[in-house]
Amino acid sequence: MMRHIPVREAILASAILLLIVLIASRFAGFVTPANLANVFNDTAPLIILALGQMVVILTRCIDLSVAANLALTGMAVAMINVAFPGLPIPFILAIAVTLGAMMGAINGVLVWKLNIPPIVVTLGTMTIFRGIIFLISDGKWVNSHEMSPAFTGFPRAAFLGLPVLSWIAIITVIAFGVMMSRTQFGRSIFAVGGNPHAAVYTGINVGRTQFGAFVVSGALAGLTGYLWVARYAVAYVDIAGGFELEVVAACVIGGISIAGGIGSVGGAVLGAIFLGVVKNALPVVNISPFWQLAISGSAILIAVAFNARSGRTKGRIILKSAEVTQ
Amino acid sequence: MTNTTQTRHIPDRLHSRAARLFKSWEALLFAVAIAIFVVNSFASPYFLNAWNLSDATFNFTEKAMIAFAMALLIISGEIDLSVASIIALASTAMGLAVQYGAGTPELVAIGLTVGLLCGAFNGVFVTILGLPSIVVTIGTMSLFRGISYIILGDDAFRGYPTSFSWFGQGYIYWVFTVEMLFFVIIAIVYAVLLHKTNFGRAVYAIGNNPTGALFSGIRVARVKFILFLLTGLMSGVAAICLTSRLGSTRPSIATGMELEVVTMVALGGVNILGGSGTIPGVVIAAFVMGLVTFGLGLLNVPGIVMSIFIGLLLIGVIALPRLWAMVAAQRKARKIA
Amino acid sequence: MTTHTAPANRSDVSPVVSMDMITKTFPGVTALDRVKLDLYPGQVTALVGENGAGKSTTVKILTGIYQTDGGTIRIDDAPVSFASPNDAATAGITAIHQETVLFDELSVAENIYIGHAPRTRFGLIDTAAMHAAAAKLLDEIGAPFSSHTQLRDLGIANKHLVAIARALSVDARVVIMDEPTAALSHKEIEELYALVETLKSQGKAILFISHKFDEIFRIADRFTVFRDGAFVGDGLIADITEDALVTLMVGRSVDQIFPDRAHTPGDEVLKVVGYSHPTEFADITFTLNRGEILGFYGLVGAGRSEFMQSLFGITKPTKGVCRINGDIKIIRSPADAVNNGIVYVPEDRGKQGAVIGLPIFQNITLPSLGRTSSRGFLKLAEEFKLAREYAARLDLRAASLDQDIGNLSGGNQQKVVIAKWLATQPQVIILDEPTKGIDIGSKAAVHDFMAELAAQGLSVIMVSSEIPEIIGMSDRVIVMRDGLIASELSGDELTPETLVRHAAGITTSTEGTAP
Repeated sequence: MMRHIPVREAILASAILLLIVLIASRFAGFVTPANLANVFNDTAPLIILALGQMVVILTRCIDLSVAANLALTGMAVAMINVAFPGLPIPFILAIAVTLGAMMGAINGVLVWKLNIPPIVVTLGTMTIFRGIIFLISDGKWVNSHEMSPAFTGFPRAAFLGLPVLSWIAIITVIAFGVMMSRTQFGRSIFAVGGNPHAAVYTGINVGRTQFGAFVVSGALAGLTGYLWVARYAVAYVDIAGGFELEVVAACVIGGISIAGGIGSVGGAVLGAIFLGVVKNALPVVNISPFWQLAISGSAILIAVAFNARSGRTKGRIILKSAEVTQ
Repeated sequence: MTNTTQTRHIPDRLHSRAARLFKSWEALLFAVAIAIFVVNSFASPYFLNAWNLSDATFNFTEKAMIAFAMALLIISGEIDLSVASIIALASTAMGLAVQYGAGTPELVAIGLTVGLLCGAFNGVFVTILGLPSIVVTIGTMSLFRGISYIILGDDAFRGYPTSFSWFGQGYIYWVFTVEMLFFVIIAIVYAVLLHKTNFGRAVYAIGNNPTGALFSGIRVARVKFILFLLTGLMSGVAAICLTSRLGSTRPSIATGMELEVVTMVALGGVNILGGSGTIPGVVIAAFVMGLVTFGLGLLNVPGIVMSIFIGLLLIGVIALPRLWAMVAAQRKARKIA
Repeated sequence: MTTHTAPANRSDVSPVVSMDMITKTFPGVTALDRVKLDLYPGQVTALVGENGAGKSTTVKILTGIYQTDGGTIRIDDAPVSFASPNDAATAGITAIHQETVLFDELSVAENIYIGHAPRTRFGLIDTAAMHAAAAKLLDEIGAPFSSHTQLRDLGIANKHLVAIARALSVDARVVIMDEPTAALSHKEIEELYALVETLKSQGKAILFISHKFDEIFRIADRFTVFRDGAFVGDGLIADITEDALVTLMVGRSVDQIFPDRAHTPGDEVLKVVGYSHPTEFADITFTLNRGEILGFYGLVGAGRSEFMQSLFGITKPTKGVCRINGDIKIIRSPADAVNNGIVYVPEDRGKQGAVIGLPIFQNITLPSLGRTSSRGFLKLAEEFKLAREYAARLDLRAASLDQDIGNLSGGNQQKVVIAKWLATQPQVIILDEPTKGIDIGSKAAVHDFMAELAAQGLSVIMVSSEIPEIIGMSDRVIVMRDGLIASELSGDELTPETLVRHAAGITTSTEGTAP
């Protein structure tokens, strides 16, 4: 599948490596395998959500409701766990994915059937989901001592040296790699975002593909909702507040074009890892964590400006094509 | 070809403006506002109290100031999601200046300047570099507030001069607040700008068809840049009012306000994709949102639950007319078949 | 050297697809009015008609993009209805479109097989099988690139080959070719003709849409003519002459359409020297006189519109000077151009010309707001006055001046766009394909009006791809080819043959361009 060298991904990967080397030159402890594994594990939720967001952005939409979806699903499964502590984890996982997918489907239907701009839909559902958390929890927290050990232990359980949370991220990345390159749905996503007009001519239903993208994004948000609440062993209204922006930032930094159609799984993952490395490096190099927001904001601006410039150099060249055809 | 000797007469308008007004979104919204007012006054005995109502206006005056500028920006086909972060940055800058002994005039100048600079920053990225405003302002949303966090961290700025409290806590006459005065003045200025000037016409033209507007000799980039400046400036004004009202600055100030501003604009009948909308619509929307918040507040509904209503309102006001049109189209199709 | 495989008698073969009484209306326009069209297996049917005759709408109905408002489509005598493009594809109808409707970010093989890729037993796309099949198809049609190539790296002609390969990959019974040769070189056109023969021999029915009479007579077996959305006639190509076909198409003979104009061009108004652009055009030099109509002819992609847009300030030239009445003017934006008296009526009316969503009067006054307002404040009465004046001058037909321009027919929209520019009192008006896609009546009105403007001293530049229009209207014609000026023609040199030869770069006149 190495058809051509993905320049954008290579640049981003080098930037991350350079960053790690810089940090390592002063704080060798940062590059120990254990710490790097830790950084990866910490970044796992962002990676999973960035992949879902990537699919949505590729179809020329945006999903700002992922963090609220995550928080609502997290609260729901936490309360289910409190009510039925014996419920096995696979059930919890299934419930989380289903709930998340349903919320994604609500976004998707509004975009597909009523043609409402995705940004409006997901801004709206974002507040609605957060409000519902308050309604179902009555504003109370679900704390670690109320959750069952199995519930909180699952994402931290070690398997082959890595926590389950990391493994889930790795599996998601692989699954998306296959989905985006080897399935009809994955290729349709690129087609819909790249040239919706042509997609219609080739018999691809643009609205339905966008709906599918929202469901995928929602399902991953739901999955992450459980993992998040279990890992931090607490659920309340405001968890992951503003995280949707970090997810969008990961995609933009990873070279996913907000205009749709251009982007890759590798890019989204690297974008997330970049933010993860920055976040984990700040305390190490003694910079206040309050810098993080400004850094990710600047990274978004630099990335979007950079991608737009590299995209502009090519484009419609009539004289050149006339040369090719003599 | 025949030369038409008698000129064909085309009337200027088919429907009078009054008839159009009656069927408009604004008229419907106005009816909703009245209904909410009536329901509220029956639901709570505390509603029809001049001082309570006056307090309630704080729910929307600051947001509405930004919403007027945002309405123009959205009509032109762009959006600015960084407005709440501009407030945070402007407020932080003012708080910082207080530490160096700045007085009220300096604070106002600083608030407005920071707002303008932030607007210009967004404007450069969107109009000169040609980047999509939604991504740019998601970026600056993090950046501007991020700078506030860098400066303030967990702290807060306090100690604003007493005279500074006039903006957010002062009264002009009886129950009429200074913010209400600002609200009215800004509403009139933007209504005139959008509906009565060449600039406003250009905004509509750009929103309906940016390419067509450019090809008609309109300086599209310049108009959009000015709109970003205005939105930044209004965020600066709102920052002054809000900071003055709260008397302190934390980096989390006005978090999520961008959403409420966009909701207010959309509720006011402005097409989120650009091209149409009016300032009177946004004015009524501001009252509707203020009344709903106030009414629910009197009924002891917590703020976060109110946001459900706001979210439903945002989706509902766009979804319902479309659903209605779909149902009507289906009915028509059935009639033909 | 035409080869007619068509049977002498129509009743020998029954059509694969038969459209009858098909009607399609859009708000304000009837695009198709009870038309019929039959497509026969192993034969090429040319659908002929002027711009706006309803050809594109027909294609969109056959491919399931649009749904009919009336009439029946039969396949093998069974009535069908296409609710979506998928239905049409399932019925074996495939189209190769005017604009290449493919995906830049996908590989050639994926473009060919999107929607029907071979699967592995796990349901995944079988990449190896897909590339093997694509390579075989590409080899069959002699495509000089690999199935692994990213589509965005291909030129227009090669993208066309991908579209053809896609059509072949779905085992279609009906192949629609919509202006397939528009962007191709001579050699590629010959290759395409060979492909068409292959498709015919496989028994596929081909609907061929073209404006070029030589190719219609070269490869079509049958013809169907539409005019203004209505069916005019059909038959065998062998039974008709070119003149008769033109008459059917236009409804009258060609030379009657254009106004007679005695031209006495005045002094020089515009002088362009050495205008160049990095990719689109180079070294454009010419002059334009008062009261003159200067035609710009060339094939699609010759760089005419790109140059005009540069002259109008949309794109910056890398070098070159523009003088107006002898003074050098630097035009950086359309606003500069308008201020200097140069205005541009674009080809893409919906996107660049009309501001759809704004009422007619606001469209007309948009560039003239400086004159109808005072100190930046609008004066509606002045605006209506100006709009009324120009609406009357152009014989606009509309319900009211406050009506959305989007509800007007194409011809009336064009009148509004022209009115908008005349209201600025320009010196030079550039008309880019001014009559494309508008009905015959409006067309004649636009031509008359153009002549009238020139007579009043306005200088007109007309970009057109329609030879009769270019010859009928222009005092002089500049022919562009591959971004350069190929020649300047006037007087007796101005014949269809010379235009075509210069535009296509054929140096000897022995090659027959007209059959």
